[in-house]
Amino acid sequence: MTEPSVLIPVAPGTNRDGELAVAFEAAGARTARVPLEALRQGEVKLLDHQILGLPGGFSYGDALGAGRLLGLDLLTWFADELANARQREMPIIGICNGFQALVRAGLLPGGDDGPSDGPRSGRSAGPAATLATNANGRFECRWVELLLGSASSPWLDGVDGPLRCPVAHGEGRFVAEDLSALQAGDRIAMRYGAGGEPAGGAYPANPNGSPGDVAGIVDASGLVLGLMPHPEDHVFARQDPARHRQGGGSCLGLFRAGVRAVAGA
Amino acid sequence: MGSPDDAKSREPVEEAGAASVDVAVVVGPGTTDITPDGPAAKAALFGLGVERIVEYRLYHLRGVGLDADATERIADELLTDRVGQWWMRHDEHEPPTGHGRVAVVETGLRPGVTDREGAELVRAATAIGIPLEAAASARRWFVFGDLFGDQLEQLAERVLHNGVIERWAVDELAPAHTDRQAIAPPTVTVDIVDLDHDQLVAVSTARRLGLTGAEMEAIQKHFAAEGRQPTDGELETLAQTWSEHCSHKTFRATIATPDGEIAGLLDTFIRGATETIDAPWVESAFVDNAGIVHFDESLDLALKAETHNHPSALEPFGGANTGVGGVVRDILGVSARPIAITDILCFGPEDLAADELPDGVLHPRRIRSGVIAGIGDYGNKIGVPNLAGAIFHDPGYTTTPLVFAGCVGLLPRGANPTAAAAGDAVVVLGGAVGRDGVGGATFSSQSMGAETAEVAGSSVQIGDPVVEKGLIDVILAARDAGLYTAITDCGAGGLSSAVGEMAETLGARVDLALVPRKYPGLAPWEVWLSEAQERMVVAVPDPAPLLALAERWQVGATVIGQFTGDGRLQVVDGERTVVDLDAGFLHDGRPPLTLEAAAVDTRRPPRSPVEPVGTDIEPNDALLRLLGHPSLRSNEAVIRTYDHEVLGGTVIRPYDGVELDGPADGTAIVPPGTAGPGHDGPVKAAVIGIGAAPLIGRHDCEAMAWAAVDEAIRNAVVAGADPSRLSLLDNFAWGDPTDPTALGRLVAACRGCHDVAVANGAPFVSGKDSLYNEFVHPDGTRDPVTSTLIITAVGVADDIDRIPAVGLCQPGNDVWLLGPATGLLGGSHLDEVVAGDRGGHVPGADPDSVGRHREMHAAVAAGLVRSAHDLSEGGLAVAAAEWALAGRLGMTLTVAEHHSAYELFGEAIGRYLFEVSPDDADELLSVAPSARRVGWVTDDRRVRIGTELDVGLDEVARAFTGSELT
Repeated sequence: MTEPSVLIPVAPGTNRDGELAVAFEAAGARTARVPLEALRQGEVKLLDHQILGLPGGFSYGDALGAGRLLGLDLLTWFADELANARQREMPIIGICNGFQALVRAGLLPGGDDGPSDGPRSGRSAGPAATLATNANGRFECRWVELLLGSASSPWLDGVDGPLRCPVAHGEGRFVAEDLSALQAGDRIAMRYGAGGEPAGGAYPANPNGSPGDVAGIVDASGLVLGLMPHPEDHVFARQDPARHRQGGGSCLGLFRAGVRAVAGA
Repeated sequence: MGSPDDAKSREPVEEAGAASVDVAVVVGPGTTDITPDGPAAKAALFGLGVERIVEYRLYHLRGVGLDADATERIADELLTDRVGQWWMRHDEHEPPTGHGRVAVVETGLRPGVTDREGAELVRAATAIGIPLEAAASARRWFVFGDLFGDQLEQLAERVLHNGVIERWAVDELAPAHTDRQAIAPPTVTVDIVDLDHDQLVAVSTARRLGLTGAEMEAIQKHFAAEGRQPTDGELETLAQTWSEHCSHKTFRATIATPDGEIAGLLDTFIRGATETIDAPWVESAFVDNAGIVHFDESLDLALKAETHNHPSALEPFGGANTGVGGVVRDILGVSARPIAITDILCFGPEDLAADELPDGVLHPRRIRSGVIAGIGDYGNKIGVPNLAGAIFHDPGYTTTPLVFAGCVGLLPRGANPTAAAAGDAVVVLGGAVGRDGVGGATFSSQSMGAETAEVAGSSVQIGDPVVEKGLIDVILAARDAGLYTAITDCGAGGLSSAVGEMAETLGARVDLALVPRKYPGLAPWEVWLSEAQERMVVAVPDPAPLLALAERWQVGATVIGQFTGDGRLQVVDGERTVVDLDAGFLHDGRPPLTLEAAAVDTRRPPRSPVEPVGTDIEPNDALLRLLGHPSLRSNEAVIRTYDHEVLGGTVIRPYDGVELDGPADGTAIVPPGTAGPGHDGPVKAAVIGIGAAPLIGRHDCEAMAWAAVDEAIRNAVVAGADPSRLSLLDNFAWGDPTDPTALGRLVAACRGCHDVAVANGAPFVSGKDSLYNEFVHPDGTRDPVTSTLIITAVGVADDIDRIPAVGLCQPGNDVWLLGPATGLLGGSHLDEVVAGDRGGHVPGADPDSVGRHREMHAAVAAGLVRSAHDLSEGGLAVAAAEWALAGRLGMTLTVAEHHSAYELFGEAIGRYLFEVSPDDADELLSVAPSARRVGWVTDDRRVRIGTELDVGLDEVARAFTGSELT
């Protein structure tokens, strides 16, 4: 089949759409970076694409909380299209602000049977979570090590960890109402680590103070991956500050896994 | 100072709408102040002993039918997270009891100041089916502790709010919902035609025009010839266009010096150097918003650095924030995509005692934390990596802090159209206008005093980076589709300056009634002059496709007029004329200025030629003190709050090395869109180096120019750039140029810039001078800024795989030195940390440095250099320590028989340390014959120089970073 296509919506304030497109292209996909307004007007349809990638940035300037207004857009304007996409088992990745939006829209962590349908009605639908202000109260940009969890997800299929890439966020402390339920449900996709071991909450290996060192999670289906770090910023060896020494830890495999999942379909 | 604003009245809302209801909601938990820069720590600076300060978010809502259910939905769905957050009605939110005294203060924005949260809340509430008329965000503070007398007022005034953009009240503050009924004042004429010289000066002073008597007379003569009086809009337009900020009158003035007349500093020295060098890689210099130079065969780099000093002194966050926004727009103004931000910051001492702080001046710590937060906020949100910077602390910056912000952009060659035609529409892109920054250009061209914050309050603007991110998307798409014929940014002077410049030869007619406003009540001239941020002006032959494109990206776009071809600048407000000026007079009518410069005395008291160490200078201790010097110590913690990874192109980071805590000299970025998937062969990077030498400038400004340019070049060369293809930006921050001594020093600095640029073949392509950086105390004494010159060098690394690492790489490798083993100690950092100025020469011009830059690069280009570090502040010892720390390795060096303070800590230009494999020694000498092997890399994490200095990396880390070695 032809190369799968990744839809990358760009909200006002989204800014890591370019790198996300490059990462998917390096993984063998085509990409369409589309302003949210063009989606809203129906010029471009989510269902004409095979993967949805929600990029990082500061959608709507983080007004009322990071990702909240983009999450609201997903719940209001795109609810039907998203529901259809879920039915078709479309892989979805939300990175940084995209992750924040998925959480605020209730798609992550979501219930055991699927996504909850909103932050409030989500009360009974499954474990709720938020991405709170970093424990040190500051925006933090630094490279981190990511240990892959055992979660079953097309995004992690055949991906070798640990991965290394930067974080760049001020609100990335993942706080779940019931973290143990997520752990029991094998929903932890990746954790912050140091030298192959969990960071144990210690700054700076865990840059935001997330309990359990959680850096990314998947929904019950494994199709929706949300993570705070930026794997799209480490798909070429030249981006790696450790390239003069051991190197490794490229995140290209993550994008390849997502593309492979739909290319085989 | 003043009484609290607008203490809330309990009166019902009057007639904002038939059944409008006001509701306020508090969101918690509050943020308890725990950070060293937080309000409780700031309060301590003023001797206000508060125990604890807790900050809550507060939202004022106004709407029809805003009942309990609607309020609950808004609070639940839009304002709070279900996990870990709560909300309650404002009138139920009481301080806890049983905790001693608790005072309540509320702070909110002044009317007209951009409130993005409020605006987004209105939009979001509508999306969930609850239309709001207005919403405003505010803050509610609980202050725990015993405050006496007016201490609570002092706390509110000095710590909890900034009067330039905010208001406060004890207990409750009424929201600043905009008054929709305000009546705009009309355009008026100002009678000047019959005034005498003194009266003209009085008009200029009263309206804060900043125009001199001679300039007012030229204006008078012009209008007398037209047989009428000017309007307020015309006078304001002339004041902006003729301001120092916009017309650079000092740099264009004829200068009388004891050695003869100089026909303009810009033409003689700065642009003069560029013309002499006549570099083939320069596409455009000093004509547009930014300089343009070649990157490769088909792409160009756009370069610009700006200052935003006055606003940052008054409102550090907003000033620095909009400083970044402004320089990014300069890059957009040449149709380039912004790819890197730089910032150089100069503050007073962080430990300044509160009683040494002059009235009307913010504490350096408050300025520092606000400026850093403002720079981070804008760069992070707009998605452009912050790649290079420096922070200087010196008492000379206490009353006049400096903020330099730079930007590098990328554009296809020839992609910046610059030929508007008669008939093209004038289109403004971006946000609406308010009273923001009205008079900013004239304000920033005058000295500041204790009362400036109140008088010039409205001259400070507030940024909205999300709108500017949209501008980037729209403009790049419009550029690629060929939708416009000319472009410029709306900066100082607003539309008056942007349209005025574009219409310089063509003329234009603009209708202000078409300009989108944030709120009513603006006088026509305020709309014309408003410095509301995040706007660009383009000339467009066919507006429809551009307007559609802007709508797609949710960016405002409005046709406000037309370029006419009649050579007049005509501005109307509906039916009424606001401005009708001859464009030729506007741009060329300013009477030329002649200034007088005094000779400068750079003689220095002699200093002992031998300065043995071991007596009063203990080398290990001196090194550690240098590493902890406020201007030398690690800024990694600051850099971590800036996104330096976004765009994915960064290959040399500001802090790099094994643990990413070693200070890099220069930085390098692979421009987005180049070397993508499937790219084969070497990858090119854009390289940025920055230089400054304010300590040398205290004694000799010509030497300072050599030192600053040389440092910028060294930094770029270490990061892989070819020194024979560099381009430079100059930024001057100076005092009052009408003071002949200050001007004499400026002349010396410009002469130095010229000579060092020509010697290196590195042309200046853009620059910015910021003058009148001085503070006038209430008693009339004047406090000029430390004369400061910032140089940015930008170049190209042809193969990123050959860029040296930032830290030492391999024990057993050789360490080589390029340049003299001995430096000078006059104006040195050693004197700063040991015993004060002991006299002696400062490092000055050294034409041999040019050859050393080229040798260094030849070694890098040949792939022989594993790692490298330049010698700058603190000389050999500091360079060795930083370099070793970056690599978590040690070294043993011997550069002379005995290592005196001159060898260890002396400063000079054109010096490098670098690491080469022993196998490559012969090849190295064939390309860098003047290099000298001075030691080797060790694995014991100690820095040894001769028998005189021996320091472990654990001590280096503690001194440099303040924390333990990891």
